[in-house]
Amino acid sequence: MNVACRIVDLQEEYIKLFNDQLPLIQSGSPEKMNSLREEAIKIFEEKGIPSNKVEAYKYTNLQPYFKGSLNLAFTNEAAHTDVTQHFHCEVPQLNTYNVFLVNGWFSAKDSDTNLPDGVVVCSMREAAEKAPEAFEKHYGEIAPTKEDSLVAMNTAFAQDGAFIYVPKGVVLEKPIQVVNIMTGDEDRLAFQRNLIIVEENAQLKMMLCDHTMSAQRFVVNTVTEVFANQNSVFDVYNVQNQHNLTTQVQGLYVHQKKHSNILTNNLTLHSGIARNNVGVIMDDEQCESHVYGLYLTDKNQHVDNFTSINHDKPNCQSFELFKGVMDDSSTAAFTGKVFVAKDAQKTNAYQSNNNLLLTQNAKINSKPQLEIYADDVKCSHGATVGQLDDEAMFYLRARGINQDESRVLLMFAFAYEVIEKIRVEPLKEQIRGLVEKRFRGEFDKCDSCVVCGQPGSNASCL
Amino acid sequence: MLVIKDLHAKIEDKEILRGINLEIKPGEVHAIMGPNGAGKSTLSSVLTGNEKFEVVDGSVTFNGKDLLDLSPEDRAREGMFLSFQYPIEIPGVSMVNFMRTAVNEHRKYRGEDPISASDFLKLMRDKKKLVDIDSNLTNRSVNEGFSGGEKKKNEIFQMAMLEPKLAILDETDSGLDIDALRVVANGVNKLKSPERSTIVITHYQRLLDYIVPDYVHVLYKGRIVKSAGKELALELEEKGYDWIKKEFED
Ligand SMILES: Nc1ncnc2c1ncn2[C@@H]1O[C@H](COP(=O)(O)OP(=O)(O)OP(=O)(O)O)[C@@H](O)[C@H]1O
Ligand SMILES: [Mg+2]
Repeated sequence: MNVACRIVDLQEEYIKLFNDQLPLIQSGSPEKMNSLREEAIKIFEEKGIPSNKVEAYKYTNLQPYFKGSLNLAFTNEAAHTDVTQHFHCEVPQLNTYNVFLVNGWFSAKDSDTNLPDGVVVCSMREAAEKAPEAFEKHYGEIAPTKEDSLVAMNTAFAQDGAFIYVPKGVVLEKPIQVVNIMTGDEDRLAFQRNLIIVEENAQLKMMLCDHTMSAQRFVVNTVTEVFANQNSVFDVYNVQNQHNLTTQVQGLYVHQKKHSNILTNNLTLHSGIARNNVGVIMDDEQCESHVYGLYLTDKNQHVDNFTSINHDKPNCQSFELFKGVMDDSSTAAFTGKVFVAKDAQKTNAYQSNNNLLLTQNAKINSKPQLEIYADDVKCSHGATVGQLDDEAMFYLRARGINQDESRVLLMFAFAYEVIEKIRVEPLKEQIRGLVEKRFRGEFDKCDSCVVCGQPGSNASCL
Repeated sequence: MLVIKDLHAKIEDKEILRGINLEIKPGEVHAIMGPNGAGKSTLSSVLTGNEKFEVVDGSVTFNGKDLLDLSPEDRAREGMFLSFQYPIEIPGVSMVNFMRTAVNEHRKYRGEDPISASDFLKLMRDKKKLVDIDSNLTNRSVNEGFSGGEKKKNEIFQMAMLEPKLAILDETDSGLDIDALRVVANGVNKLKSPERSTIVITHYQRLLDYIVPDYVHVLYKGRIVKSAGKELALELEEKGYDWIKKEFED
């Protein structure tokens, strides 16, 4: 069922909406999801949509974006299954297992026969049946519902999303690609909640590709929880490719166990207002985490990457690199919290954030935040802001390469370090190409689905 | 081929080139020598179009075209090449991509189609051999982590790839060991033809033993204060610049 609502005062209306629709919200959701809603909505009621007075949201006042006339779907009719038929992979080397979500609802997936035994890929609504123990144990336990009002809002409202379970010892050769599509003729607010569990000695590489397929205004609140058990290897590449009228707040929260190795990479190629929260908790010894991001902005786009990495136990390592190339009067922010607990000795934590500003009007706020309570640690952090190097420009031009092309080469040179961190070779190739296109101004967010070729003629584009 | 008339250029209100006159004909090799800070590199920068410097007076024609009117890239496409005194490192731009782009931009300018992948590989292979450059280097980013000598070799490699009509070699010999010097000089000589000209900027006679100049000029305080045949280089090697400075001040 679709509900159109007009939000002026935020909390009041959202709370009323929640109370009015609670029976629908609960209907068909796993019990565990429902059991957390009441507390979550209280937290949301107390904190509300963050303005820039909230320290963690200092550089992104979200209140205006959650106001106005928006549609919400409380049943899965929003999951227009026909939409997904237009998607087909045009990167033959990139053999993936595909999952489609439309407006936050699970819509379609490839046949299960393409998955190794025991691997579960399904709607969150089926998760409690297909992997009851794991779902019960981890749902809602990883994302910071108490600390972040948008996570609380998601926990209260979310009804669907993708669930992935990789059992002990299973190594997925094929990456799983979760394609999130926002579409339809109405301006829309959507919630999506994903849960990924990678058990002991298991390995999973996945992509989260965020798209918009119609020119409406979209507000998306997504929370993805990841549990990486002992010795597991987990990669997630979030490729954002949304039009300028999109506001996306998303949280990616990873909980790591001993000897696990995780990688997150937020590749924001095109967006309106994007707030990416990445939270990693290393709650056991010998964990390794790689937290990367690349944001390419122009016009009046805004990207805010907010990361927090917790070293709770000794002998863990974290590597963090975010880079941004910013044009026109776009703005961006980066916050890198690194917390090292008192007994987390022998911690290695490296962080850097580098920005290339192409105009005087582009703006970046970069803020490292180190909180270190152990004494035997190696931590470094650095932030840089620079312009295109005139000497390098001249060198290229002196070889006959025109000014525009030289700019593209240098912008790409700046960004490539983050692309090189991609541990899925065909995806790396694909992202290289897309980033280059973006720099050339040839990037069409509508006709180039990031990983799958999305024919643009099927959607009206902004 | 190149005619420079009363060229004046400045940077930040400081006049560095103070009336340069020079004419270079096809096939000629001109050496430019002179003390540190005389303006040799500035002259190369101005000729190749570095916007850091402002031309305040004078004219330069290159094969009949008004050179100062052209963008740096068009000067390159017209056949001008500078082997930089201090080649810059560009991490993230691969040598292969850089060279392919440069070669194709030259071809486009001449109205030719882009080079095929196999022809390009062959071209790279041939030119690498010519300057005896390590394949590992051309698989890396432009000059990134290259030693001083390797950077200079890489400049000559690029020159060989682009086959310019006028090459300006700004202290290409500095930082090269004896073998590399010979290789680089050979590379330059192999490209020699009755149509191609070279400006060799150097402090040492050594290079001129290999690349024999038709003329030697001394640049001092932004002017060419002496021009003669190749014997001038030997004389300078022996006596230094003091006598020229003295002559000039008088
Ligand atoms: N960017 C700059 N800003 C200010 N002055 C400069 C700049 N570049 C060059 N100069 C000055 O211009 C003068 C000429 O420099 P140039 O590099 O042309 O000398 P050169 O003859 O090549 O010397 P060398 O033999 O040491 O290479 C010097 O006094 C130098 O300090
Ligand atoms: Mg010099």
